[in-house]
Amino acid sequence: MAELTSLREAIAHLVRDGQAIAMEGFTHLIPHAAGHELIRQGKRDLTLIRMTPDVIYDQLIGMGCARKLVFSWGGNPGVGSLHRFRDAVENGWPRRLEIEEHSHAAMASAYTAGAAGLPFAVYRGGLGSDLPKVNPVIRRIECPFTGEELAAVPAKRPDVTVIHAQKADRRGNVMMWGIIGVQKEAVLSATHSIVTVEEVVDELDAPPNAVILPHWVVSAVCEVPGGAHPSYAQGYSQRDNAFYKAWDSISRHREVFSDWMRRHILETNDFADYRARLRESPDA
Amino acid sequence: MLERAYTAEEMMTVAAARALSHRAVCFVGIGLPSAAANLARLTHAPDLILIYESGAIGARPDVLPLSIGDGELAETASTVVSTPEVFSYYLQAGRIDVGFLGAAQIDRFGNINTTVIGDYRNPKVRLPGAGGASEIATSAHEVFVIVRHSKKTFVEKLDFITSVGSGKQAAGGARGVTRVITDLGILERDSDGKELILTRLHPGITPEQAREATGWSLKTVGQLKETPPPAADELATLRDLHQRTRQAHGA
Repeated sequence: MAELTSLREAIAHLVRDGQAIAMEGFTHLIPHAAGHELIRQGKRDLTLIRMTPDVIYDQLIGMGCARKLVFSWGGNPGVGSLHRFRDAVENGWPRRLEIEEHSHAAMASAYTAGAAGLPFAVYRGGLGSDLPKVNPVIRRIECPFTGEELAAVPAKRPDVTVIHAQKADRRGNVMMWGIIGVQKEAVLSATHSIVTVEEVVDELDAPPNAVILPHWVVSAVCEVPGGAHPSYAQGYSQRDNAFYKAWDSISRHREVFSDWMRRHILETNDFADYRARLRESPDA
Repeated sequence: MLERAYTAEEMMTVAAARALSHRAVCFVGIGLPSAAANLARLTHAPDLILIYESGAIGARPDVLPLSIGDGELAETASTVVSTPEVFSYYLQAGRIDVGFLGAAQIDRFGNINTTVIGDYRNPKVRLPGAGGASEIATSAHEVFVIVRHSKKTFVEKLDFITSVGSGKQAAGGARGVTRVITDLGILERDSDGKELILTRLHPGITPEQAREATGWSLKTVGQLKETPPPAADELATLRDLHQRTRQAHGA
């Protein structure tokens, strides 16, 4: 049953060190505010699951919060490398990072199986690629009806899934539109879930299919306006493409990165404070 | 060499755009593939259906997206579907005519590496990984690759096979990588379907240049054709598109 709470409380109550955490959002609606809060609260040894690790996991990895990364595409979209991710994989800084690597189709199917309570997912891929050689959970399976050879991966079942959405009502029914990614499946596959939203309203006043998650499948709903920045919420904000480009130089060197994170995340109280700090020094 | 009115990258983008036929359903990667596919849509193929892996189906962006999930794609699409839907109902179900990819490394069979340079466990360069590419390579009816021609990219042996381009592992008769468009010319799969061979050169490029930029011993067809240079309207449309894009992204 969804509880309306602050993001700080939701993270403190629902996320434990060592857990598997999925934070989803396909370029759009990335839950950055929640990522920052995990860092502020010093969560450790997390298994981070996400199709496109992106800047949000670059920050968590660089701050040493992650033990393992499960992913299918690790770049700064349209810009280039994720430097903190690369430094962790190539040099083990700030700590060694275990990786479990998939393709997008495998990850999407694995969440879908998790949401359905099934033990594994089937997809048409992986065969002939070197991915199964480096990821032992990608297996071959024969269709019992046609004999076709397919790929299978275990269902994803995160301890906690975190997403950002446009709107919820006071009961915690969640509405989302635009590029909706794999968020519905990621929430339904998880034991607990946290949804940050642009706004909580009295009445959603929505067509029947627009509410993607009923209140009783969500653990916590937190109002965090702009909580996706530098990602965006369609109808509320634009993707901050300039920030993604700026991240390339902020994240390139360990010292510059650490200093930026200290000033913008560790030394700010919450997301509103972070936004205020960014406005003071837009060039970081 | 003569001074030309266009750059090698413009020639490559125009040549790639021309490869897309009028009513194709095209699954588009970000960057050069997206530029070429949108140029095709804005010139000879207005009914081209562009699908981006973020779930935007039938996107008609006015400016090129920086990321695969820019709002512009959702706002101009016929519909936006979830990630499981785009990969299951559209891609793996066989609804895609052409997959349009880039590559960090490619071999003579059309296999692609976008995962690592060097050893997987101890990489020299960690690249982003598969994303949608490995299923695009085996589920789209055919795949075009657009990539700059160099020995670093056109290698004898891949460090890692991310996506199988040979067509051998493909479902339902999908043909794998059938065409590679570069800044020097065009490679196509040869008649017995095994190897990529040079079939066209862009104006002013010699076969030696193409061979020198290829890490394997590149075969050529008997009669190499020359790509017609970019027409005035192709160039103007491409430059307008890039100009609008630069303004939109504040570069």
